[in-house]
Amino acid sequence: MKLALIFVIGVGMFVAMQRAAAQGSMTVQTSVQAGSAFSIQTSGSGEATLYVIGLGQVLKRSVQLGNPVYFEAGSLCDAGHYLVVLEQSSTVETKPLDVMAVSAPGRLSFLAKPSRLPVSVHEGITGAAYVFDSYGNLIVSPMSVSFQLSNSAGSVQKSDVTTHAGAAWIEMDSTGHQGIDQFVAQAGGISSTRVIRQVPGDPCALKMSAQQTGPKLELKTEPVVDCSGNPALDGTIVTFTETYDGGQSTADVPLKHGIAEVAMPAHHGATITVASGVVLGNQIREQ
Amino acid sequence: MKRGALLAFVLIAATVAFIVIGTVWPISTAVAFAGGERLLESSSTPEAAARNLGQEIRLKDWGKAYSSLANRSKFTEQEFVEDVTGYYPSLRTYSSLDHFEIRPLHASDSDADVEFTLDWSTVVGTLPDTRTVHVVRNGDHWEVDWPMQKKPVLPPQVIPVEYLRWDVINRGPGDDWGVQDVDGPNVRIVDMHPVQRAEGVVVLGELLNEDVLPAYVSVTATLHRKDQSAIGTESAFDRISHLLLPKQVTPFLIQFPNASLSEVSSIRMEPFSTLVSASADPVIEIDNEQLNPAPDAALTGQLINQSGQVVNVAHVLGTLYDKSGNLVWVVDQYVDRALLPQTPVSFKIPIPEDLAKKVSSQRTVVATYSFGGFL
Repeated sequence: MKLALIFVIGVGMFVAMQRAAAQGSMTVQTSVQAGSAFSIQTSGSGEATLYVIGLGQVLKRSVQLGNPVYFEAGSLCDAGHYLVVLEQSSTVETKPLDVMAVSAPGRLSFLAKPSRLPVSVHEGITGAAYVFDSYGNLIVSPMSVSFQLSNSAGSVQKSDVTTHAGAAWIEMDSTGHQGIDQFVAQAGGISSTRVIRQVPGDPCALKMSAQQTGPKLELKTEPVVDCSGNPALDGTIVTFTETYDGGQSTADVPLKHGIAEVAMPAHHGATITVASGVVLGNQIREQ
Repeated sequence: MKRGALLAFVLIAATVAFIVIGTVWPISTAVAFAGGERLLESSSTPEAAARNLGQEIRLKDWGKAYSSLANRSKFTEQEFVEDVTGYYPSLRTYSSLDHFEIRPLHASDSDADVEFTLDWSTVVGTLPDTRTVHVVRNGDHWEVDWPMQKKPVLPPQVIPVEYLRWDVINRGPGDDWGVQDVDGPNVRIVDMHPVQRAEGVVVLGELLNEDVLPAYVSVTATLHRKDQSAIGTESAFDRISHLLLPKQVTPFLIQFPNASLSEVSSIRMEPFSTLVSASADPVIEIDNEQLNPAPDAALTGQLINQSGQVVNVAHVLGTLYDKSGNLVWVVDQYVDRALLPQTPVSFKIPIPEDLAKKVSSQRTVVATYSFGGFL
């Protein structure tokens, strides 16, 4: 009787061990780097199906339990949280897998504002850099980004900023000289350049002269400059107004080579004024 | 069944009868539009002669119009047509005569003067062309002595122009989101003034391009009640100069028909600007600007194109101020003739009679458009 009982228990244990061996399981790394090759080790015997499920991507492999499953480089490129599922005929096992961005920068998105501003504006220029790996994943681990603003006159402003949650930003001053500035952000050997145009401010001390030539009055401004001495850009409109008995003549004239000039009819005793935008210049009275 | 057939017969018979009557005894207007002459009457009076000429111009019957003129030996038919429709492409070239008015000024047995106002229908509305016409008696009928405006002839010359223009390269659709675009121009409303008029609320103002680049501009206004609900939203449409060069100022006028200023609690102004390819030329001088008092209050002056390029369409905008420099009104007018280089073209923009007394000073700007023709 005892022998029979021992036999039954032994057979039961053997069957249970056989079933456990056939059920199988898997060993998954907690994280892998985006784009890199990796493997998942399985145990047990028999056949199963393995799924790697993420946002917008699912990988499916038929596996022979007991063998490792290999994923070649480039199988998983998008960083994020994935779920690994091992499905057999009667059981399902799930484990998490995190795909991490590559630590080396592959691309830099650089937003610089504004593209154009007057000279001498304190903290008038802002730059924000977002660091991505070569697969376009935002690198959220802290990283040093170097910002440099340089102009044609040789002035350079430079600053290093550590990224926070993948982004680094800075504010810089526009210099006193007009021109095209190069605004460069650099991280891990990757750089991105933006062009910031520093333009003259409002005209300062607008001054004109008049010379009579026959029935016409030749009006001409001195070179128009802003209060920092930068020449006003060509195309800036200068308005000449001639007021005389019962009438008025006006002309909107664009600056060319920094000077605005126009010929207007000469009227005895006329008063001539010059203005650009909201800035008034000198006044001439014709004798 | 019989009654239906009878009704059909009556309708067919009536239709045939009306067609016959209309063909044999047509009304004069139908004849005129069909190319006939029945609208024309005998030129037995100065007014009738002028009226006949107006009808012929309206029908673009240039041959008959030309042959009816008393002074036709002084110019060709082609010159007459160009005098009426314009020597160069302009608003007038693409217009038709909507209607005309004749007002007798003086008459004797042998000659008479009439004021001949031709209202041309153009894409920007009706534009009047008023000429004083001399009419002379020739036997038993009268003929119009057409006041020919000779084609301006410029001496052959070279007008050097330092051509300055701006071109814009915007970001493309395939660019990365981080690739920055060029910023739009900075514009600022420097003056704004709502006015109650009989036709509704009018919002007047001035807009300045503060930037160093040319701007395409527009202004939109929204009237709000006390509870912040919107009464209406309108834009300046063409009562503004849409292209502003750097530091240039344009007036604008926005109309809210049937709105009442007493209802308005606040006004939200939205200036719009965008970069646009533009040229700094041509320079238009506005000469002899004058404010003429009521009656017949008007802003008058002459446009002189200082460049070598023909300006096909010119839009004159006048900003009117009171003694304190406050904005009173904005007037505008299209010039229906092309502006030739160095050739003055007059303009006369009516000012509302009730506002004329308040107006003390003005500022006039011109917006121009060229088809690209060069002399």
